[in-house]
Amino acid sequence: MSRTAERNPEVRELLERKYRHGFVTDIESDTLPPGLDEDVIRVISARKDEPEFLLDWRLRAYRYWREAREPSWAKLNIPPIDYQSISYYSAPGPAKDAPKSLDEVDPRLLETYDKLGIPLHERARLAGVAVDAVFDSVSVATTFKSRLAEAGVIFCPFSEAVREHPDLVRKYLGSVVPYRDNYFAALNSAVFTDGSFVYIPKNTKCPMELSTYFRINEQNTGQFERTLIIADEGSEVSYLEGCTAPMRDENQLHAAVVELVALKDARIKYSTVQNWYPGDEEGRGGIYNFVTKRGDCRGDNSAISWTQVEAGSAITWKYPSCILRGDNSTGEFYSVAVTNNFQQADTGTKMIHIGRNTSSNILSKGISAGKAQNTYRGLVKVFPRAEGARNFTQCDSLLIGHDCGAHTFPHMDIAHPQAVVEHEATTSRISEDQLFYCRQRGLDEEDAVNLIVNGFCKQVFNMLPMEFAVEAQALMNVSLEGAIG
Amino acid sequence: MSAPLLDIRGLRVSVENKEILSGLSLEVRAGEVHAIMGPNGAGKSTLAQTLAGRDGYEVTGGGVLLDGEDLLGMNPEERACKGLFLGFQYPVEIPGVSNMYLLRSAVNAQRRAAGKEEINAAAFLKQARAEAARLKLKPELLKRGVNEGFSGGEKKRNEILQLAVLKPRLAVLDETDSGLDIDALKVVASGIRALRNGRRAFVLITHYERILNLVSPDRVHVLAGGSIARSGGAELVSELEASGYEPFLREAA
Repeated sequence: MSRTAERNPEVRELLERKYRHGFVTDIESDTLPPGLDEDVIRVISARKDEPEFLLDWRLRAYRYWREAREPSWAKLNIPPIDYQSISYYSAPGPAKDAPKSLDEVDPRLLETYDKLGIPLHERARLAGVAVDAVFDSVSVATTFKSRLAEAGVIFCPFSEAVREHPDLVRKYLGSVVPYRDNYFAALNSAVFTDGSFVYIPKNTKCPMELSTYFRINEQNTGQFERTLIIADEGSEVSYLEGCTAPMRDENQLHAAVVELVALKDARIKYSTVQNWYPGDEEGRGGIYNFVTKRGDCRGDNSAISWTQVEAGSAITWKYPSCILRGDNSTGEFYSVAVTNNFQQADTGTKMIHIGRNTSSNILSKGISAGKAQNTYRGLVKVFPRAEGARNFTQCDSLLIGHDCGAHTFPHMDIAHPQAVVEHEATTSRISEDQLFYCRQRGLDEEDAVNLIVNGFCKQVFNMLPMEFAVEAQALMNVSLEGAIG
Repeated sequence: MSAPLLDIRGLRVSVENKEILSGLSLEVRAGEVHAIMGPNGAGKSTLAQTLAGRDGYEVTGGGVLLDGEDLLGMNPEERACKGLFLGFQYPVEIPGVSNMYLLRSAVNAQRRAAGKEEINAAAFLKQARAEAARLKLKPELLKRGVNEGFSGGEKKRNEILQLAVLKPRLAVLDETDSGLDIDALKVVASGIRALRNGRRAFVLITHYERILNLVSPDRVHVLAGGSIARSGGAELVSELEASGYEPFLREAA
């Protein structure tokens, strides 16, 4: 382990400054030096102007994390991570070495934006160009804010919610993913700097899809992001996270936590498209993505649906899950995970049936190419009181080439004798017959592969909001470039 | 006489080191319909797959020209774009890829190869629907996954639909008539008849004379022992019906 933060003069200075000036927001030095200890957490909390309860919670999480061990059960080969070499606080704002215009951006990145059909005015933001105003998006975001306010919907940065709605945060934060849940959730709880907060009031249908795309005022929050969505009784919301475009990001380790709470009769639909940097063709670099996502169907007749398209990251460790606590509640998980070159993904879901007549549906599509390894890991658990519980699971794996792998680990833990749990799994290669058929009609090999893969993913893409679905299809094609040849 | 559209000379093909075609020659001119008949294992499907460029069919001798160009030097999609269409004996299912989407992608790939603009989506749909109606294909099959859950007859009619929309110079139909009931056979045959014209040629590979009674070929060939054992006009069909393939097998041996 490297030096501890207390002994670092810059940290000490920051700490002292905090005590000298109270809670300051206007600080010249905007990044903490690498290292993690309790003082670093105190600085983060102070910079965010947080109430006492949150600092306490962070510290408890940190103390738990310090004693905890990284999980080793996943079918992943994870290089050792030096947690003391990471800087845990960086003030919002573009990084100093950010490109000053699109002319300074890697042309290969621009080419990818082109293939994905990303609008010109979005490219600068995605590539991390230091821009003061983000063109059209500012006015779009303002319009959105007023429509949401009219409906009583709260959609804001997490740190703003801590200041403006501390009671809601206190009541729900950690209530779905406690800091003790796992190693990475504990780390996130200790050091998260921002994220999104959503509250949908009773009997309210959120008037628009909520998208992180429009949250233009938060940069550099990606590494330890914290999202909390609460759908009060009878409400409904659809939330979109991420973007098909590869985002510029210098942080290798990502450990986000997402908590969803659906009260009685509420519905939450959460869609993700993840395309962090996957590393190069030789497996060098790339993001490690260790995410804890969980939804709690806390009230009767509630519903939570996860849809994910996972295309990026060198390592993905992610199991968006549903706790079906309320009677008649339903959980859904629709997933496409594509891995190419040396990417590794261990992803799936947990459906925990506690309430009566709860039902869950799992549809997982894994695509593996190059030397990649792709694993589905799922748990269906039915408690003794979950009378009438039903689950249907389908896991399909598609292999492209002969050096990749697909693995399926479906766990079932059924404690009610009448529960109906079904599991279907297939593993196939793109067949020579299918490829030849397409080529005989005039498609080249790459187009033929794209066509077949998109067909394979179609049931999941259909679950995505329309514009996301179109982007996801383009993303699939870009992700599998060079997979055949 | 004009140069043949398809000119096969002394074609030798091996599959897994076993010679299947041993010096096959055939000339097909634009506007003609040729039937290739023959017993099981004579190499009829090998001929079709080799023309289309399938992996695993190794050409060990001879050559093939399509419209004067060396066909065997092209990859499968280039052959398709040059106007070669193969009607598959067993059309494959491609789940989740809509039938129309594949067909439009194919049309556009061929148009791009010819230096033309992509087809207007509405115009394409209109054309495809009209052709499907002519072939008595249920409209919902256009939206379904390629051949996904189609009956045997529907798959074969779908091949003819693709043929009608792609408008190839040369259509090689590999046992398109097999497994069809008499009504489906009539639909397929009338589809082929409607597509006959002076610029296009057909090679019909078949076991049965019944489709030839409906399509009336210009030339009939018997493929036996890896080459054309006998060629003739439509009258050869009835002769075959009477004698079977036995005499040709003996000739070839």
